[in-house]
Amino acid sequence: MSAEVAVPGAHRRPRLDRWLKPAVFVLCLLPFFWLIARFLIYGFGANPIETGIRYLGDWSLRFLLIALAVTPVRIVTGWIVVARLRRMLGLFAFTYVALHVIGYVAIDQFFDWAAIGRDIIKRTYITFGMIALVILIPLALTSADSMVRRLGGARWRNLHRLVYVAGVAAVFHYYFMVKAGHLQPLIYGAILAGLFAVRIYKRFA
Amino acid sequence: MLIRHKKASDVASHEITSESTYCNRRSFLEASGLIAGSLLAGGLSKTAFAGELPKDRAAKFADLKQSYAKLGPKDSLTPFEDVTTYNNFYEFGMDKADPSAYAAPFKPLPWTVKVDGLCGKPGTLDLNDFLKPHAIEERVYRMRCVEAWSMVIPWAGISLADVVKRFEPQGSAKYIAFETVVRPAEMRGQKGGIGGLNWPYVEGLRLDEAMNPLAILAVGLYGKQLPNQNGAPLRLVTPWKYGFKGIKSIVRISFVEKEPKSTWNVANPGEYGFYSNVNPTVDHPRWTQAMERRIGDLRRRETLMFNGYEEEVGQMYAGMDLKKYF
Repeated sequence: MSAEVAVPGAHRRPRLDRWLKPAVFVLCLLPFFWLIARFLIYGFGANPIETGIRYLGDWSLRFLLIALAVTPVRIVTGWIVVARLRRMLGLFAFTYVALHVIGYVAIDQFFDWAAIGRDIIKRTYITFGMIALVILIPLALTSADSMVRRLGGARWRNLHRLVYVAGVAAVFHYYFMVKAGHLQPLIYGAILAGLFAVRIYKRFA
Repeated sequence: MLIRHKKASDVASHEITSESTYCNRRSFLEASGLIAGSLLAGGLSKTAFAGELPKDRAAKFADLKQSYAKLGPKDSLTPFEDVTTYNNFYEFGMDKADPSAYAAPFKPLPWTVKVDGLCGKPGTLDLNDFLKPHAIEERVYRMRCVEAWSMVIPWAGISLADVVKRFEPQGSAKYIAFETVVRPAEMRGQKGGIGGLNWPYVEGLRLDEAMNPLAILAVGLYGKQLPNQNGAPLRLVTPWKYGFKGIKSIVRISFVEKEPKSTWNVANPGEYGFYSNVNPTVDHPRWTQAMERRIGDLRRRETLMFNGYEEEVGQMYAGMDLKKYF
């Protein structure tokens, strides 16, 4: 398994394959553009800071799960081309995570580092969110092909397996934020568990 | 002669009212005209509410100054739009936009309130009969949600102390318990779901808390009868406590000996105590309670002890360990 499935002779690829990556790229931008459009058209209601940060948080978790779904989808469907989307989807997940965290640090807390530090220590859900962030940063930084070469395939793979831990931490982040009625975080957790199950099945079957 | 004792929560005379506050006040004064026009003159529609109200009630609404004196210089009214589209009412869903989105099918009238338990005059009353003996007063209160956001809301309601006295609690009655209506057909949040709350929603107060002059049973806000999403037709307002104590759409009031099992306390006793007084020094595991964001503000502000009503309510908790009885 390499970071990117090498496809020699890309110009001869079928039409769907050629358009897949740019099309998905545009799709990935839609939640961000909808965020801007919604703010400009409707506003964000009574508590725009909370609304915006939660919106970005929702999409962070969704993109993380989408990126984690690439390999299971390939395993189940045998559609190898999806593997070429993996890095892009992972980087989109990180981008939404970054916007989510910037919203919290810069707008919600207004760079009150002491308050942020207290939040990280005392609020379970923020502790888990920060664990996910801390894991995702080195993964994003080592996403380039040159980094794969520098680290060596085995080390790079081991490092990037941490993304599972980040996924679990992100689901816990959501679960512990919810006051009551944990159906939604449990759905995300079930999807994550399902994706793991495919990989584990593949490994031992 | 009027002797006024200055309280900490009063606005200081040298503080100039901000333009926005003034504008809000102006629109509020206009809205209060609507109170006379809607609440008093038949706002609780189709009922005989209007004609039977004594005339002196209208005067209560005119005296807005006193209501405003309770506010600080940084307390301007939260817009009606925000008050009525952003709130928690789990009976209609868990998102704060859900109540306004899904409360339309709810029918607040006709309405009956059952009063029972350890009191001399139990009974089941039509809402009009329940309200009839009481003056509807204007109260502008800060509202602090446990989620660390807050609002300033102009309520219209009746004194809870007067209600308590009217039903003649027995000596053994130490607490008052409230219940919200259960109507899954009209309240989609009551249809269940994993990890949801137990219905009916139950809240309670110590009897002396219920007798505090700040506690009201609200029937309106911004000069209009309560919108469904804000707890129509009758809800509790205790401004020194976190917002979830303000139980909505009340159908039952019971005088009891033991501390009522309040809904959030049952759901998560480690996070929500029975008292739930606003207290910046006792943190909630999920939110710091030292700060809050006033809806409409960009920056957070410091949360005041008892939400700024310490002078009015502090004596009720003298000697209590508020970290234990949070």
